[in-house]
Amino acid sequence: MSRRIMLAALAALLAGTAAQAQDIAVTNARLVIGDGSAAIERGTVVVRGGKVVAAGAGVIVPAGLRTIDAEGKWVTPGLVVAVTDLGLVDVGAVDGSNDSGADKAPFSAALDLSTAINPAAQPIAIARAGGVTRAAVAPLGTGSIFAGQGALIDLGADPQPVTRPRAFQYVELGEDGAKLAGGSRIAAHAVLRNALDEAREIAALPLGPRRTDVLLTRRDAAALVPVVTGRQPLYVHVERAADIRMALGLRQEFPALKLVIVGATEGWLVARELAAAGVPVLATPLGDLPASFERLGATQSNVGRMAAAGVKVALGAFFDQPRYAPQFAGNLVALTRVPRATGLTWGQAFAAISSGPAEVLGIADQVGTLKSGRAGDVVIWDGDPLEAGSGVVQVFIDGVEQPLTNHQTRLKDRYASPAEGALPKAYDW
Amino acid sequence: MNPRSLLAAGAALAFAFGTTGGATAKDKKKDESAAVKAARDFDKNPYPSTYKPYPGQPVLITGATVFDGKGGQVDGGAVLLKDGRIAAVAGAMADLDLPAGTLRIDGTGKFVTPGIIDVHSHLGDYPSPSVDAHEDGNEMTDPTTPNVWAEHSVWPQDPGFSRALANGGITALQVLPGSGNLMGGRGVTLKNVASRTVQGMKFPGAPYSLKMACGENPKRVYGGKGQMPSTRMGNFAVNRKTWIEAQAYRRKRDEGKLEDRDLALETLAGVLDGDIKVHNHCYRADEMALVLDMAKEFGYKVTAFHHAVESYKIGDLLKAADVCSAVWADWWGFKMEAYDAIPENAGLLYKAGACVVIHSDDENGIQRLNQEAAKAQGDARRAGIVVPDAEVIRWLTLNAAKALGIDKDTGSLEAGKMGDVVLWNGNPLSTYSRPEKVWVDGALLFDSADPKRRPVSDFELGQPGEGDVK
Repeated sequence: MSRRIMLAALAALLAGTAAQAQDIAVTNARLVIGDGSAAIERGTVVVRGGKVVAAGAGVIVPAGLRTIDAEGKWVTPGLVVAVTDLGLVDVGAVDGSNDSGADKAPFSAALDLSTAINPAAQPIAIARAGGVTRAAVAPLGTGSIFAGQGALIDLGADPQPVTRPRAFQYVELGEDGAKLAGGSRIAAHAVLRNALDEAREIAALPLGPRRTDVLLTRRDAAALVPVVTGRQPLYVHVERAADIRMALGLRQEFPALKLVIVGATEGWLVARELAAAGVPVLATPLGDLPASFERLGATQSNVGRMAAAGVKVALGAFFDQPRYAPQFAGNLVALTRVPRATGLTWGQAFAAISSGPAEVLGIADQVGTLKSGRAGDVVIWDGDPLEAGSGVVQVFIDGVEQPLTNHQTRLKDRYASPAEGALPKAYDW
Repeated sequence: MNPRSLLAAGAALAFAFGTTGGATAKDKKKDESAAVKAARDFDKNPYPSTYKPYPGQPVLITGATVFDGKGGQVDGGAVLLKDGRIAAVAGAMADLDLPAGTLRIDGTGKFVTPGIIDVHSHLGDYPSPSVDAHEDGNEMTDPTTPNVWAEHSVWPQDPGFSRALANGGITALQVLPGSGNLMGGRGVTLKNVASRTVQGMKFPGAPYSLKMACGENPKRVYGGKGQMPSTRMGNFAVNRKTWIEAQAYRRKRDEGKLEDRDLALETLAGVLDGDIKVHNHCYRADEMALVLDMAKEFGYKVTAFHHAVESYKIGDLLKAADVCSAVWADWWGFKMEAYDAIPENAGLLYKAGACVVIHSDDENGIQRLNQEAAKAQGDARRAGIVVPDAEVIRWLTLNAAKALGIDKDTGSLEAGKMGDVVLWNGNPLSTYSRPEKVWVDGALLFDSADPKRRPVSDFELGQPGEGDVK
């Protein structure tokens, strides 16, 4: 991108005047719908008014539309990444730039991540250049097992990143939760049950007096009302099989809970229970080491085995590295060629980073597939998107073509040759 | 203990008795020279490798695409392993002399590479499970600890070794101390072979290395303790002071005046002698340039900068200094000194003619060094830098072997080298490919088709998923 275009994009970002959605058609593409189906040869996608109006083979392009010939390229829906810290962090180890933790805050469940999303953060620009168009941002490291209310965002270069604030509550119930609750899983479950009880009491008497022995601030307890009444999903981070079972058991006491399991390293050991419970999983992909005593059964076949057992599983919980989503998905395809391993078909694998997480997040009717009526989130790739060597050529979000320039691309341009010219490198911009 | 070190120990003992026992002047002089001898002629290999290649049968792979590790590609090639060694690499029509009992493998549609080598691993010294009791990689009680040796921390039962073999085709790796210290200690190069002891994994004849670190880590660790170094200038001051001590120690040794061994200074003297290779964790270009001058100041060579996320800014300097950059493809932004990392780093270095090595520093990344390289290749291509597949494979094999000083033995498919070979089920630069078989010194140590031909560490026995595909 030229400097002028970049300045224009920056100006748009600063002035709050997002670029207008363009009506476009992308033709001759290897077209991926994102719903698990195989790629379509010579496919076309048409986007009008920021929405997909048609996608498939034999789609007629209306006259006068801007048409991009994607001959030799792949076209997919934008990637949807669930549970990441995008927008909360500039540099992980630079505290002032990092809003992903709040362990000294007086609140926990009430914390609302949508208040801190910075659409101009470089990690967003870099993830966007990697084809990520939507994300679920969470959790916060708080002083409690409750890690706050996550937000859904788009990665557009505009000032309005948040598409749904307070989309879910996030709770730690494994080793991390044990530590936060006072030292054991027993304590974590006691803290959780007490908190949900307090939320029920608030729900019953919103403005009334509270018990004298409450542990939560009113604000935190009130924040859990939508959880206990099933209006807001509860994302539960657990890894070991026993912890997953324990989490599923919560619905006996709190039947309205809308659970999502996050992490689930040993999910394959409880795949039938997960499938029977109809509880979706955002699984950390590819972990195959017993990194802790709650991950002893780790195997790369975890996702494939859960999917084969009928669990609604998508990839997620890779926090600070959303742009690795395609590589993770591609590795699950690789497993289909390894004896005794269980992977995903190409279509399933791509869906696991597009429509799959969109379904878990409850936004599959809006994003994650190139189907009529969905957002015009379109990514053009120079090759098979799940191949490590492939890269992104163009990105549209809501039909708006996105800048792919960022700190990294500017450095690349400057240092195409390391030698200095007539003036120092600092003049080369 | 070998005879020489036994003699040295005896001499040291005699010296101890001599000084405490009120010896005559004549005896004392004699004993002093024994002490000097002991300090100079100590056993430099007191924990020697006990690794012995496992038995293998002659193997002929035919019809495969062969990347030889030194930049060559043979389509429809044949690779013959015999007596634990590479016996031949040839084109399709070659008439190879096959020993009796040769196992023939049809490699049609498959790929053969040398065993993959990771120059930067913490398998064993930060093993899984990563519990506090296993944190054995950083001796963070002193900013310079060249006296510690990573091999004394390596837990051979780390399940990570098997994952690196089965998924990454890793046949050799350097386990380094961490980067909390300016001089973190000696690294050790291992064969990726399961063993009860670390000695049973040590790569025979591999030189030792010294792990050094610039930048944020040492100054953060020691600044946090209220001691030096707390700044980058402090980092250099402490390093230089230590090198001055090492020079003095070496001079004393060479003048025959050294009477007491010092484990730390022995390691540094070994660096100054050129026997121990320096592997220097360093992110920023400006710091790497300063380290190169420090190496000149004290007369040592930096073999490789590790992580080296800004190497692309000084590819010309690195080429001139003949220093490798051991890099990731695209790690970025996790700390301030990683903020200028770019995915074209490897490609730009290649374009500048500097040495590129792809490394992991990660128990997961080591399982996918081939994909890391493929990412770097793709990003280079999009920047207009075309790196052929066979050259990219060199980043993971021969270049890595050179950085470790084991390139005479491994790192490429050349007759006479160790039979460290990976048969891949597709192009290793594709995400969809995995090792099908892995040989170390001609012994088949991983076979994806044979459930029993994969290592399962002691830790995994009786646990969920014992012997599972991983």
